[in-house]
Parts: sequence; C-alpha cells; structure tokens
Amino acid sequence: MDENNGKKGRKKIERQDMPVQVAGERIRNFFEVALGFSEEQALLEAERCLQCKKPLCIEGCPVGVRIPEFINAVKGKDFKESARILKSTNNLPAVCGRVCPQETQCEIKCVLAKKQKPVAIGRLERYVADWELARKTKGVKPEKKSGYKVAVIGSGPAGLTCAGDLAKMGHDVILYEALHVAGGVLMYGIPEFRLPKDIVQAEIDYVKSLGVTIETDYVIGKILTIGELLTDRGFHAVFLGTGAGLPLFLKINGENYNGVYSANEFLTRVNLMKGYEFPDWDTPVKVGRKVAVIGAGNVAMDAARCALRLGTLHHLQKGKEAPEVHIVYRRSAEEMPARAEEVEHAHEEGIRFDFLTNPLEIYGDDNGWVKGMRCIRMELGEPDASGRRRPVPIQGSEFDLDVDTVIVALGTRPNPIVFTDAKELERSKWGTIVTVNDDGKTTMNGVWAGGDIVTGAATVISAMGAGKQAAHDIDIYLKNRQL
Amino acid sequence: MNKIIEKKIFSGQIKLIVVEAPDVAAKAEPGQFIILRVSDKGERIPLTIADYDGNKGTLTLVFQEVGKSTIELGRKQPGDFLESLTGPLGMPSDIELYGKIICVGGGVGIAPIYPIARALKKAGNKVVSIIGARSGDLLFWEEKMKAVSDELIVCTDDGSYGRKALVTVPLKEILEREKNAISRIWAIGPAIMMKFCSATTLEFKTPTIVSLNSIMVDGTGMCGACRVEVGGQTRFVCVDGPEFDGHQVDWPLLMSRQKTYLEEEMEALEHYHNKSCQCDRS
Repeated sequence: MDENNGKKGRKKIERQDMPVQVAGERIRNFFEVALGFSEEQALLEAERCLQCKKPLCIEGCPVGVRIPEFINAVKGKDFKESARILKSTNNLPAVCGRVCPQETQCEIKCVLAKKQKPVAIGRLERYVADWELARKTKGVKPEKKSGYKVAVIGSGPAGLTCAGDLAKMGHDVILYEALHVAGGVLMYGIPEFRLPKDIVQAEIDYVKSLGVTIETDYVIGKILTIGELLTDRGFHAVFLGTGAGLPLFLKINGENYNGVYSANEFLTRVNLMKGYEFPDWDTPVKVGRKVAVIGAGNVAMDAARCALRLGTLHHLQKGKEAPEVHIVYRRSAEEMPARAEEVEHAHEEGIRFDFLTNPLEIYGDDNGWVKGMRCIRMELGEPDASGRRRPVPIQGSEFDLDVDTVIVALGTRPNPIVFTDAKELERSKWGTIVTVNDDGKTTMNGVWAGGDIVTGAATVISAMGAGKQAAHDIDIYLKNRQL
Repeated sequence: MNKIIEKKIFSGQIKLIVVEAPDVAAKAEPGQFIILRVSDKGERIPLTIADYDGNKGTLTLVFQEVGKSTIELGRKQPGDFLESLTGPLGMPSDIELYGKIICVGGGVGIAPIYPIARALKKAGNKVVSIIGARSGDLLFWEEKMKAVSDELIVCTDDGSYGRKALVTVPLKEILEREKNAISRIWAIGPAIMMKFCSATTLEFKTPTIVSLNSIMVDGTGMCGACRVEVGGQTRFVCVDGPEFDGHQVDWPLLMSRQKTYLEEEMEALEHYHNKSCQCDRS
C-alpha cells in the first residue's frame, strides 16, 4: 500500500484501535469494556480528518455535531475548545461517544470511508468529553430569563436534551422522572460496562448546571396529569420523552414461571438497582446455570452479557456452576438488529448464538421454576414488511433447550401511564404518539413529544435529535405567544 | 426525601409511620400504593396506602417487618427521612354505591382495607367488616374500623382476642345469613387468606375484590416482575391492579412467584445483621 495518502502527501495513519479489557478478564467484572483513547491516539486519529470543506459527516448526525471543528481543536491540542464546540450542539457527548451507532451515522459518511477506514469520530468525541468531565466543567446559565415554564416528562436522552436546550434558551424547565434516579434508559437499561453510570450522572449534572430542575419520583399520569401541568401548575408547554418502556412478552405458555424475566426487569435489577452488588445493595437478581436470551437487538446483547457476568461472579464467589448464555433468535446472523460491535464483544465473551430458533413453550418444574424451553428450527422465506426475509418454521424440527433462566428481549412499546386523561393526544395502534410536524408537535395544544414514544424503540441519538428539534419548535411557540 | 413525622409500634413487627408527601397525598385514593426506598442502596418497597390527608400533605403507611428492608424501615424514627417515595401508583378501588358490602382485613392487610371501608361507607354502602390476625397482639385499628363499619367482627387464629376463628368462618356465616344481600366483598391480607376468602365467596357467587402483593421493581408497568394471571390473562399488578377479581386469580402462580427470592431474602437479612453487629461493636 502507498505510504502516502491524500493530496497534501500526509503520512498515512491507521485508524486507531480502541483499547479494551480482554474478554477473559471483563466477564468477571462490570467495568467498562472499551477503555478510551490515550492522548497520543486521539492526536493521531484527529490527524486523519481531512477537514472537508463540505463535511458530509455532520449530515449523518441527528444533533448536528460540528465534527470537523471539534476534531480540528483536538489536532491543536485545545481540548477545552473542542469540548465547547461539542457541547454547543450536544449536551451528552460522553454518552454519545460511547453508545451512538457512528458506523451507520457520521462515520459512514466520512470521505475516508470510501477508500479506507473512516475517522473514529465517536472515539474522539468520547476522548474530548471524558477530558472535560474529568475537569468538572459547569454549564453557563443564560443571563436573561424568558419567563416561560416548560415541563419535560422523562429524563432519558430525549428529555435531557430537550430540557438542556430549553434551559439554554432561557426558559424555566422542570424535568420529571418516574424512577428515583434521572437518566432513563441510560441508567436502567444500558449496562455499566458499556456506559458507566458516573459518566451518565456527570452529564446529567451538566444539564442541571444549565438551570434545569429535576424532580425524581414523579410519575406523570398518576401524581399529576399532562392537563394539570398546563393548567394548575402553570406550565406553558410540555415535552413528552417517556420512551418505550413497556416490555413485550412472547405470549407462549409458561412465560410466567419463576426465572423468566423481561429484559427490562433483568437490566433494571442489574443496572439501576445494582443487583451485581447484592447483598451490599438490597435488590437481588438471579441467573441460573443456563440462560436463554430471546431476541438479537442491542438490549438482548446487553442482557446476555450482564447474565454472563453475573453468572461468572456467582461461579467465582459461590462456587456455582459456570454459566452458559445463549442468544435465541428466529432469524439468521445477517438480520440481527444489534450493532456489529456489540455482537462482536458478545462473541468474544463466549455468548452462544442459536440462530433460526423460535421458542414455542417454556416448561417449569413442580416449584414453578423454569426447567426448559421447547423450540422449533426456522428457515428464511420471502422478505416481509421490514424487508428482512421472513422466518418460517420447519415442520417436525421441534427440540428442547435445557435452560433455567429465560430473558425476553423482544422490544418495548410506549408506557400508556402518562396518557391518563389526555384524550386529545392522538396515538397510533402501536401506542406511539402521532406528531403533526417534524418537530414533534402533537395533537394536544402546547404538547410536544420525541424519542421512542414517537418512533417506537430506537437509538439514544435519534431520541436526542428529536428532543433538540422539539426544543427549537417549543422556543418558537413560546416566543410567539403573549406572556 | 420524605420526612417521617410520626411513628407507632402496634406489635413487635407491625409498625405505622406517617410521612410527608404532599403531592402524593393530594392525589391518593383508596386501593392505591406507593413505592419507597429506605436508603441509598435500598430496594424499592411497595406498600399499599393505609391512609392519606391531602390537607396535611401526609401519608400513613403500615408495614410488617419481614426482611432486611422492612426491618431497616422499622428502625427509622420521627424526624428521619425516607430516601425516596413514589406514588400514588396502581388503580384506585372502584368505590360506588353497591348496597351491602363485606370488608375483610387480615394481619397487616387491615391497614389498606381501612380507607376502602371508609370510602364505601361514605358512598352510602352498608359495611360489614371482619378483621383478623394470628393473635391479639397483631391486631390494630379496631376502633378505626368500627367507626367506618355498620358491623365489625374481630377474630384471631389462636383466640387470644375476639372470636377464635379464621376470617373465612364469619365471612361464610354472614354470606349464609344475608342470603343474596351482599353485593360485593373486599378481602386484603396474606395471599393464602385472600385465596381462601375467594374460595369461600365463590360458592355464593359474590363478586370478590382482592389486592395482590406481588414482587415489584419499578411499579409503573416497565418491568413485569409483578405479573399474575387473572382469568387466564397475564396482568401487571402495578398498573392493571393491585385489585383484581379474586375468583379469577391464579393463586398458586402468585404464591410461587412471591417466593422467587426467598434464598436471597435470607442472605440479605444475614448480611444486614452481621453488618449491624459490627456497627454496634464499634
């Protein structure tokens, strides 16, 4: 290969690899798998950016991060300026640098991707964000207040982004969270080893420093309705970012045996309630010796990898049998919705993949515990509505999987609890909110929505993009009304 | 953080606390529950609301110390704070004018039956209440129940106070005595008691409402830990309940699921006692 690359004759630098904890080590702990670039790596990687005049990468970013600019600041070793550029459009860069699917967003658009590997934009974003978090920079509260009050419901990625942006615009923002901890899926869903909770907390603290008030333990729809927020509590607008929190089950026999979890329950016990620290933390979580995780999205990978770690820790501490964790998926490897990186990490850690396998029934023992799962082999037929080839059962291919724990990760739907008395809010047959413009305006006056509650389960960054757009639209709405 | 402003000890294990929670108290209705955490690393404990005062902004909670978390809660004193409290959760009881009602409260279940009996009485119903416990020292709120009932029957398993009987005995007698005059029954207590109350009333085909106490995590429909089968359908106690038709509940499943973490509950308790002992020594 040519040593020289590009018109300026710059020396070819390879895309920097992310240092990681080795698989054999990391399955014994919940610490972060990806360790982050060293300064040297960050500088080398930044050097690879061509600083395109018309940067395509930005087009791929739902929150429009000024990518070449922040990378240019890294090149000049001005990390403080780089962080300022990042945060001008993104309130949660340390989160995005870790969990965004850059390979299908900004990095896929990178000009370098045509001939070699794209600039590692996500890894650079993480480097800069971590550099700044280590220095505990606070946000700047706007000097002039607008006099308008906005309620943001749900403190996940959509809500945090919307709240942060509205606060920057000078509005009074109260962010309501149903759980005892803010952060939504960033706290209860995504595991510590992919997204450390002190990183999430630091970014939430940043959003608070912009002037956002967070009220935890407020289940809107129960303690207050959307209508009451707008009338009794004097809010001028409401943003709904309550996500898609309702777990879907298989609807097969035996699904209520002990040992069957929704991925939501399993991950909440592990991540939010720190089940892996039991009994130092009070909430227990149980995994058996053989675990089946149904589904093959990112949530399924997270659940499988948490189960493997828990089982391994129990094995090491209590001498229980070493665990075996299976992903059970009715389609084939190509159709898996999980990010390639997550699948690769799961593979390395020893997660087994049972493709073209569909559960039919869960068996229990006399005490009501799972003791096995009847499955059937599938084959791929014609493409279905999603464009993926439809899995069809192979007659007579039923077989039993010997499992004692089943985690169902088949997706989620919006939780209807927030809709109490909000009849004006039009919803689809899937329970998602119908919006009337691209910025998340709903059919209820003064109410916007964004993130999974509108799209159904999607990504952190798309929710953030929706929160950002809604904040912009709410700002225009507020400025056009009389105080 | 919610301040505890009052505490009463009914017996060694059954305690009452009154906590400040103005927004929850303003919205609370009979039959609903809250979830609280005692400490930073604590689990989320669901407790049915025993009483509420919207004007004072307070909630009354009655609990029995059965494991680490409830023992820790029992050690809190007036002036102390709860780590967190969320509510009101679940659907309220269906309070209407039905006619003649029986309210059964067993053990710590006397607490949640009280606001229901009161609301039913206020709605114009004739209320016959039955309260019971293993022994007399575990009974509480007899006077309060009397005040909201047209007739009150008190019984204990061991006969140490009131009538020596399980609550199902007077329940059956009243149903026999009243022929078809009882329009509805509420029964709240341990699962086994609710199961037998439901079995008793089934003979008479009297609609029977029970309040299920399954294991929960979030309490808002997010996790499904609390799922039960009612009439062959999977339902979530936290959002679809906690009250269901007792004749339709799959009781063995409920009771089996309640035991999911027995082993861990023992381990947590042991760990807690070991830790407290070390603290006491220092």
